[in-house]
Amino acid sequence: MTTVAPRRSVQKVDRVVIRFAGDSGDGMQLTGDRFTSEAAAFGNDLATLPNFPAEIRAPQGTLPGVSSFQLHFADYDILTPGDRPDVLVAMNPAALKANIADLPAGGTLIVNTDEFTKRNLTKVGYASNPLADESLSQYNVHQVAMATITRAALEPTGLSKKDAERAKNMFALGLLSWMYHRATEGTERFLREKFAKNPAIAEANILAFHTGWNYGETTESFAVTYEVAPAKLATGTYRQITGNTALAYGIVAAGQCAKLPVFLGTYPITPASDVLHELAKHKNFGVTTFQAEDEIAGIGAALGAAFGGALGVTSTSGPGIALKSETIGLAVMTEMPLIVLDIQRGGPSTGLPTKTEQADLLQAMFGRNGEAPVPIIAPRSPADCFQAALEATRIALTYRTPVLLLSDGYIATGSEPWMIPDVADLPDLSVKFATEPNATDGSGEFWPYLRDPETLARPWAVPGTPGLEHRIGGLEKADKTGNISYEPDNHDKMVRVRQAKIDGITVPDAEIDDPSGNARVLVLGWGSSYGPIGAACRRVRRLGMDIAHVHLRNLNPFPRNLGEILARYDKVVIPEMNLGQLAMLVRAKYLVDAISYTKVAGLPFKAEELQDVLIDFVKGLDA
Amino acid sequence: MTAIDLGLPQLGGLAGVPTFDGKQTAKEYKTDQEVRWCPGCGDYAVLAAVQSFLPELGLKRENIVFVSGIGCSSRFPYYMNTYGMHSIHGRAPAIATGLATSREDLSVWVVTGDGDALSIGGNHLIHSLRRNVNLKILLFNNRIYGLTKGQYSPTSEEGKVTKSTPMGSLDHPFNPVSLALGAEASFVGRALDSDRKQLTEVLRAAAEHRGSALVEIYQNCPIFNDGAFKDLPTPTILKHGEQIRNGDRFLTRRPDGSLAFADNGEPVVHDVTIADPSHAFQLSRLDTVVGVFRGVTRPTYDDLARAQIANTGCLADLLRGRDTWQVST
Repeated sequence: MTTVAPRRSVQKVDRVVIRFAGDSGDGMQLTGDRFTSEAAAFGNDLATLPNFPAEIRAPQGTLPGVSSFQLHFADYDILTPGDRPDVLVAMNPAALKANIADLPAGGTLIVNTDEFTKRNLTKVGYASNPLADESLSQYNVHQVAMATITRAALEPTGLSKKDAERAKNMFALGLLSWMYHRATEGTERFLREKFAKNPAIAEANILAFHTGWNYGETTESFAVTYEVAPAKLATGTYRQITGNTALAYGIVAAGQCAKLPVFLGTYPITPASDVLHELAKHKNFGVTTFQAEDEIAGIGAALGAAFGGALGVTSTSGPGIALKSETIGLAVMTEMPLIVLDIQRGGPSTGLPTKTEQADLLQAMFGRNGEAPVPIIAPRSPADCFQAALEATRIALTYRTPVLLLSDGYIATGSEPWMIPDVADLPDLSVKFATEPNATDGSGEFWPYLRDPETLARPWAVPGTPGLEHRIGGLEKADKTGNISYEPDNHDKMVRVRQAKIDGITVPDAEIDDPSGNARVLVLGWGSSYGPIGAACRRVRRLGMDIAHVHLRNLNPFPRNLGEILARYDKVVIPEMNLGQLAMLVRAKYLVDAISYTKVAGLPFKAEELQDVLIDFVKGLDA
Repeated sequence: MTAIDLGLPQLGGLAGVPTFDGKQTAKEYKTDQEVRWCPGCGDYAVLAAVQSFLPELGLKRENIVFVSGIGCSSRFPYYMNTYGMHSIHGRAPAIATGLATSREDLSVWVVTGDGDALSIGGNHLIHSLRRNVNLKILLFNNRIYGLTKGQYSPTSEEGKVTKSTPMGSLDHPFNPVSLALGAEASFVGRALDSDRKQLTEVLRAAAEHRGSALVEIYQNCPIFNDGAFKDLPTPTILKHGEQIRNGDRFLTRRPDGSLAFADNGEPVVHDVTIADPSHAFQLSRLDTVVGVFRGVTRPTYDDLARAQIANTGCLADLLRGRDTWQVST
C-alpha cells in the first residue's frame, strides 16, 4: 500500500486482554490460537481461555452458538487469562450480546457490521441495532464491515463469495496483529502449511490477513497502536503449550524415563480426546494408542498391557471415570501401576462437556466399592501437566498402584509459555521387574504379594519370566503368597496394608507463598485455580495486606507438612470450583475450621472476585 | 507340533511365542490350588483337556497367559500353572486385548462363560472378534448363571423357569456361534465338554489360528441346569474338506439356498476358508453342529498395531516443537 499512513501514537502497555467472539463456525478458536502463537513467539507471557459450546455447530447466529477465545499477554509473568477483556472482537450480534457485559467501560469494541442485519438482531433479542443507538456509547467502538471488505479484497482470487467470506476471521486477526505490532510471517507460514493441499485457499486467507493489517494501517479509525514488550521470564527456551499437549508429552517422557513402552487405552470424550490425538502422533516413542469400544475397555486394555509390563495409561473425563471405577478397583486389588487421566468437566452426568469444573475430587478419592485408596495428583496450569504426568508415573511405578491425575477443561485447552526442560534433567523412572523366586520359607516359590518393606509395593513379575508364573485377580489375596483368601484376619490386614501403602507415599512438602511472612489468612487451593488464586493474592498484597497461598498438587496423600501449615494460620480459606470437596477432606483430616468459597459456573474463578473475597477475610480478622 | 491343515495363514497363531524344546506334561500345567468346582461340573473336563493339550504346543509355559472374567468358569486361571488374571465380570477380552497387543511373545487365552461373555461383556466380545486380536476365547456355555446360584442366562432357552424367572424367561437366546460369525470373527468353533478328542482338535486349531478364535464349549451344570444339553440331537462334526455327515445322511444345498440333510443330491463339502461368513452362519443355525465353522485369514489388530510402533523418536526434538523463543538475562 502506498497510501500515506496517518500519524498515530504508539502506547506502551504492560498487559492486554483480547477476546475474539463469533459464531461456532467463524473460526474464533483458530484466530485466537494464531494470535497466541504470535504473542508467544514475541516473548510475551500469556494465558488463554477458549470457551466454546458442546454443539459442533449450534444454530447459526444464536447465543448458544457463540464461541470465544480470550488471550491475556503481558511483559511480566501473569497467572490467568484475565477477568475482563480490554478489546472485544464481536463477529455478530450474538457474540456482542453474549460478551459485552464483560467489557469494562472505555474498553475497545471491534464489530463486524455485516452480520448486524435485522434478522440476526431479532434472533438474539435485540429490539434495535445497538450499533445505531446509544447503548454502546461507553465503549470505544470500531465498526468494520469485515465480510464486505474481505470479499472485495478476495474478488480477484476467483474464490466463491461464501469461501471468501469465510476468511473474515483472518481479516480480524490481521487487524489485531497490526494494532499490537505483531509479526506476520508466522501466520503466513501457518496458513500455507494448514492449507498445503489447497494453495488457493491458503493464499486467499493470507490476503485476508494482510487486508486486515492494511485496514488498520490506512484508515483513520484507529488512532493508537499498542506495544507489549517481551516478558522477563526465567532464562531458557520457551514454547507455547496447552494442558492436554503437555500431558501427552509428559506421558511420552514418562515412558522414556521409565524405559517402558506406553500403552494408552481410551475412548473419545470431551475435553480429554486431545490427549489421545496427541499421543497417537508419537508411536515412534514406543507409544501404542488403542481407541477402545468403550471407557471400560479402554482402561481394561491399559491394565492388561500393564500386566504385560507396559506403562498403562487411560484418559477420560468424569463420566468415563464413573465407568472405569470397577477396573480402577481391580488395579488397586492387583496392585499394578496404571495412570488414569481425568480431564474434569462440568457435571453431574453429561453436564457441561466443554466447560471446566473441579468436582471429581471426591469421586477420585472414594468413587469405588470397598476400601480402595488411590493416589491423586492435580496439575496447576497447562505447562504443569508435563511434570504432573511424570509425578503420577513415579508414584504408580514405585508403589505399584493406579494413580488418578485430575486436570480440567480450563488447563486442558488453555495455553501458556512453557520453559522446555532439558531431557537430561528428567527423572530416572526405571523399574526392576522381578526375575527370581522370592519366598522366604525356602520353598523356592514366587510370592507375588511379598512386599518391599519400605514402599510396601509388591513385585512386578511380567509374563515371559520363567519360574514366576502366578495368578492375580480381584478376589482377596492372602498376604505374601497372593493365593485366594477369605480369612477374616487376612482381609483386615490386607485392607490396612493397601491403605498404609498409599498413606506412606513420599510426596514433596507443600510450599507456602507468603512474601511478608506476616499473613494470618491462608488460601488453600488445588489444581487449575492456581492462576486466579495466585493473581488474587498478588492484588491483595498490592493493597498492603498480607495473605499466604498454598497450592496442592498431591491430594492423596497430602504433603506431610500440610497439617502443621494449616495450624499456623488464623483462617484457612479454600476456593474451589465445586461445593467444597477439598474443604471437606481438610476439615475431616486436620480438624481445621477451613472456610469454603465455591463457584461452579463452568468457568475459572476471576481474580477480581477472589480478591474481594480474600480482602473480606483479611479485614474480618482485624475487625 | 501337530495341527490340522485348515489352509490357514502362513503366520501361525503361535508365531513369536518362544518354544520349549524339552518334554512337558499335563502335570506341569496344574497348580497347587484346590479345584473348587461342584462335583460333576463340565469345567473339570475342559480343564483336563486344556492341561493335557497345551504341552503339545511346545511353548514356554511362562509365555502363556489365561485371562478370565467372573463366573464359575472364570476360576480357570487359578488352576493353570501359567501367568493368569481373574479380572472383572465381562471385561476379560478387553484386558486380554491390551496384553496381546503389547506382547507379541505371549499366547493369550480368555476363559469366559455365557453370562460373562454374552451379557455383561457382550460389547467387548464382539469388538475383540471384529478387530481380530490374536486371542483364543473359550466360551463355556452352560445356559445358566451358576455362581449367582441359578438365574437364566442369555443362552437359556425361552420360557426357562429359574429363580429369577418363576413364570418362565421371556428373552430370546443368543446362539454364540452365530453371534461371533455376525461379528465377522475369523475363527469360530464349537465343542462338547463330553467329547475330549473333538474338543482338543478344535482347541488345537484355535491355537494355530492367528487372530481372534472363539470356541463355544457346551457344558453341563449339574447343580443349576442339569441336562443343559440333554436334548441335543447327535451332533454333526464339521471337518474341513469333507462332506458334512450325520449318520447316513449328508448336508445338501436346496434350490432356495438353504441347507438340509438328505440322502441324495449334491453333498456340501465343508470349507472353513470361505471369505463370506454367511456359509458358516448357515451351518451355525443347524441343530446341532460342532467343529470349526470358520477359519479365514485376516490381518490381526495386534500385528497391525505393533507394525506402527517404533522407537526412533528424539524426546528433546518432540518437546522443543517448532516455534520456540529464547529468554536470556
